[in-house]
This record gives sequence, C-alpha cells and structure tokens, in this order.
Amino acid sequence: MKKFLKLFFYIFFLIPFLPQVYAAEKVEYLTTDWSFKGLFGKFDRSALQRGYHVYTEVCSSCHSMKYLSYRNLAQEGGPEFTEAEAKAIAASFEVTDGPNSDGEMFTRPGKLSDKFVMPYENVKAAQAANGGAYPPDMSVLVKARGGGVDYIYSLLQGYEDPPPGVTLDDGVYYNKYMYGNKIKMANQLSDGLIEYSDGTKATVEQMSKDVTTFLMWAAEPHLESRHKMGFKAIVYLIILTILVYFSMKRIWSRIETKV
Amino acid sequence: MSDHEYTPKSNFGKWFNDRLPLLTLANHLTDYPTPKNLNYWWTFGGILTFCLVTQIVTGLVLAMHYIAHADMAFDSVEHIMRDVNYGWLIRYIHANGASMFFLAVYIHIFRSLFYGSYKAPREIIWIIGIIIYLLMMAAAFMGYVLPWGQMSFWGATVITNLFSAIPLVGEGIVTWLWGGYSVDNPTLTRFFTLHYLIPFLILGLVVLHIWALHVPGNNNPIGIDVKKPSKDTVPFHPYIVIKDAFALLMFMIVFAFFVFYTPNILGHADNYIEANPLVTPAHIVPEWYLLPFYAILRSVPDKLMGVIAMLSAIFILAALPWLDTSKIRSAVFRPLYRQFYWILVADVLILGYVGAMPAEGLYLLIARVATAYYFLHFLVILPILGFKERTLPVPLSITEPVLGGSSNLAAARDDSRLEKLK
Repeated sequence: MKKFLKLFFYIFFLIPFLPQVYAAEKVEYLTTDWSFKGLFGKFDRSALQRGYHVYTEVCSSCHSMKYLSYRNLAQEGGPEFTEAEAKAIAASFEVTDGPNSDGEMFTRPGKLSDKFVMPYENVKAAQAANGGAYPPDMSVLVKARGGGVDYIYSLLQGYEDPPPGVTLDDGVYYNKYMYGNKIKMANQLSDGLIEYSDGTKATVEQMSKDVTTFLMWAAEPHLESRHKMGFKAIVYLIILTILVYFSMKRIWSRIETKV
Repeated sequence: MSDHEYTPKSNFGKWFNDRLPLLTLANHLTDYPTPKNLNYWWTFGGILTFCLVTQIVTGLVLAMHYIAHADMAFDSVEHIMRDVNYGWLIRYIHANGASMFFLAVYIHIFRSLFYGSYKAPREIIWIIGIIIYLLMMAAAFMGYVLPWGQMSFWGATVITNLFSAIPLVGEGIVTWLWGGYSVDNPTLTRFFTLHYLIPFLILGLVVLHIWALHVPGNNNPIGIDVKKPSKDTVPFHPYIVIKDAFALLMFMIVFAFFVFYTPNILGHADNYIEANPLVTPAHIVPEWYLLPFYAILRSVPDKLMGVIAMLSAIFILAALPWLDTSKIRSAVFRPLYRQFYWILVADVLILGYVGAMPAEGLYLLIARVATAYYFLHFLVILPILGFKERTLPVPLSITEPVLGGSSNLAAARDDSRLEKLK
C-alpha cells in the first residue's frame, strides 16, 4: 500500500520535469501571470478581446487563422463578444463565395459561419510577399512551439540590435528568443501602436500579453470547460476511491489480512 | 480449470449451460482461486484491460470523425478538437491513454521481472505478453502518424526507412511499405487501417494471455507454488475485484490529471505543425515509451546492426524464461538478483533519457555503455547468476511465514522480508 502510494507520488513529482526531457536547447523565456494556468485557470475576457484587436490590426495582414470561424468569437469560453458584435466583425470582411448560378465567383460580407479570411490566396503567395518566409498559420501556434505561450510572449518582445560580429541579410532581424536568433518577421509592436477601446494603455508588453492570450484560446478553445470538467472528474474519482478503499478494507477484514 | 463442477440453479440455466457453458466460465472467473498475498503491483493486469478498452472505445469514436487523407487528416483532427461535441475530451483521452497504457505495461513487465513470473510453468503467458507488447508498439507508432503533423511524418519516415537496412531487398520493402516512393497518402491510409486492426488482435491475445494465466494460476510475491483452493488463496470475487477497482481508481486519477490539465505534455510540439515533406524538424524523437529502443538503435554506428540490436533488445525478452537459470522465482529470496534488477531498471531509464537527447558526444557514449549493459544483463549475468547465487530459504506456503513453525522460521521472522511478503 505504502509503496503503491509512493509510486503515484513519484509520477506526480515527475510531471513538471517531463517537458525538459524534450527541450534540447534551454532558453529562459519571459513569462507573466497567465490567467489560464492552474486548476481553475480561465481566460481573461477583456484580454481576449484586446488580443483579437491586436491580431486583426497587426498580425492578420500576414498570418492566417484557418481553423477559426467568426462564430467562435461569440462562443462560450472565448472572447465572448455578443452575437451582434461577432456578426458586425464578420460583416466587416469581404468573403469570396460561389460559384453562383452563372458560374462566377462573387464577394459578399462575411457571416458568422465563415472561417477567418486568409490574408493570402495560398502558401506561395504568402512566401512571395514575405521574402520567401511563410508566416505560419496561427490557429494552433502556441501548441506548435516548445515554449508555448511564454515563447510567443518573449519572441514578440525579443527584438534587439544584433551583437557585434553578427551580420544580418536584408529582411532578416535579430531576436534573442528565436531559434538561431534570426527571424524574417520585423518587430511589429511599438508602444501606442493601436488604441484599445477599453482604455488600456497599449504598451508592447500589454499587447504581447493580450495577443498571446488570444492565441492560447485559439489553440485551445475548450480550455475553460476542460478545466471545469477536470476538477469535477478528479473530485468525483477521489471520493469514489475513498469509498472503494473502505469497502475493500471491510471485505478483506473477513480473512484478516492487511491490504 | 476450476477444481469443482458447476451446475446452474435454474432449469433454463442448465439448458443453456449444457449447450454453451458460459455460466461455467463466469463461475470459474468469480471463484478463480488467487493467492491472497498479491500486492498492488499485481493490479496492473486489470488496469491494462481498462486501458485497452478505453483505447478501443475512444478510438472508434475518433474514427467516425477522422479522415485518413494526407490533405485532410490534420484538418480533421482540428475539427475533432474544435467542433465535434467533446471531441477534445475523446482525443485527449485517446492520446494520453496510449501513454498511460505504456506506463502500466512497463510496470506490469517489470513486476514480472522482479517476481520471476515468466518462469515455468508460465512461459507461454510471458511470450504472449511480449507479442502483445510488440503489437502495442506497432499500434502506438501508427497512431502517432495519423494526425499527420511534422513528427508523424518524419517519425514514419525514419522508422520505415529502418527496413532499408536489410541487404538486397531492403529498398524494395520500404517502397512496398510506403505504397510509393515516399511517405505519402497510401502510407497514411494503410497505417490507419492497421491502427484500427491491431487493437482487436491485442484483444484476442489478451484473452489467450488470461486463459494461459488461469491454467497454472497467478504467481505471487514469494514466488512459490500455491495449492488451490486452500488457506493461501482467496476467490477472485470479491477480494481481487475490489482491490483491482481501488488501484484502477488511483490510476484513473493520474490519467485524468494528464487529460484535463496537461494534455499535451507527453506529445511533441512539432506535431501541431502540419506535415511538410520539405522541412525536416531539428530533432526527430519518438514518443517517450519508445525512447529506450531508439537509444539502442542509435548507439550502434552501423544501420543494419543498429536495427538488429533494437529488435534483439525486444526479442531477447521472449527467451528470458530460459536465460534465467535460477529455480527460485521471486527476487525476495535472491539477494544478488535483486541488486541486478534495480541496475537494469536504472539502465533502461538512462536509455530512455539519452534516447531523447541528440546522439552525439557524451550522450552517445552513455547510450553505448547502457546498451552493452542491457544485453550483458540478459545474456551473461542472468544465466550465470542462476548457478552462482546463494538464495535465501523459501517458505513452504504463503500462510507459513505468518503462522511460523517451520525450518524457514528465520527467514520468515526477518522483519524486512516479512514486510515484503505482505
């Protein structure tokens, strides 16, 4: 019994070290007080809305988010824009639809059911417009990078002048958190770049935090219900385990052997 | 199997049972005499059955929504994660379920190694177990390919390329496996088909595994033959059932923690990047449960020899009942074996660690030493140990160490050992 408990203790103890086994190169990333971490982690609604603002104003001119639809913006556990707001957001985009009965493609204002409009027709067009580098789709980006949210948060703030001895080609920038330090995306954020409608000061740090929160939600849209259900499931399992433990004790007491 | 004849009480029961003795089987399973000193390491058989059923059930649901096509697989997985009702839950249970399955199977295997459960008369149970383990690895590897992320694609490329090491026909075999000249759509569809098939093969083998177990009955922590039924045994139901249920619930708490709070910790971030044949990831690493074998593969400089070493590392286990020459089963009475056992455990963990690291410098050296030791343990240490080791006296029955009054009293009274017997 004791040994068995010890084993479970060890497994729990090992969990925090698991990602480090995979991370071959270690970099100290910047971090902040993410609202969605922890057992009861939830998204900060206003941060998500501000993050969406940053995404549309800054990122979306190059980065697609092909797995998101405008309806997701009004969905529970997300930025939770009202349905009217989400409809207005969708309608502000021109969507190519068709073919119509004449066999022609046409454009119309976006609807809630439409996917986020892509900035480029295809990968080749995106590469041609960005000096050969493809701006990755952002739908699952935080899950597709080793450091996760901390990595994205750091990268956005990691631009600096190259140290002496490092020469950069045209269209290549120095970022201390980028793998290999060379990145083809120029620094996008500067203080006061956009104006938040809720009056929050748009510092680089604030914008990085907001847009990263938004990306986390985009990658894990059901994170809140997952955390909620997880807590219930584990509490339920613990209670059941305790009950079964006492039944077991009672049953085994018939033959007087320790369990 | 069961020592006494069973007759159903009702007339219909008798009529049915004469034609198909399902009730006799049910009665055998409930009454099945089980050594009463089984510790919690013996609960992992039940846990593994749970894992298999969980994987099959969640897998069926996923297969209803997944599309096995190179252009659509990644999208369909995201569709499951976002738009299918509780699709995220089903997928995270399935993905983490694979890791939980391997965690349990490794505990199960190392329990066998410690208590000598593979020895006569249980060789067939053990060999079926090894086949199940091999099929599990195949199923897990193919399952990891299905989301068609970068690690899926490149993992599939690396592993299938191993067959090219076979002289003369190697290249041909690889083309045949791929269904083309690179890992592509035909590879994905056949992997999906096989990934769907293998769990049912495993299920069949599990039935044989349990059947073979029910012939000699369970081994037990002191590794002696037990008279059945006797004072040393308890009926499977309710004693073992409730104990297994308790252990399973503990296991499910850990499982739930992974699924709900760290669902992606055991996977590789690169697998959330869609497969791209033109971009190779910086490090191609398999899932954690295959790392020790990956380390063995890479520790040998020659490709063919590396593949042979990796495969032998698994197949050598099938020969274990004959490589271990000791008559005593349980490590409790084998002081030297006990020490070598723990060295082997450490050795496998080290192999797993270096398997995740780049194969260069110190890591490569460690991998080589650890690989050499792995084979040394099975091929040299175990056979010799059986002849040289001075084992401790073994009690005559399970109840004896408690009741006392035998020539083995000294052994029975040794407090530390007594603790283990319980």
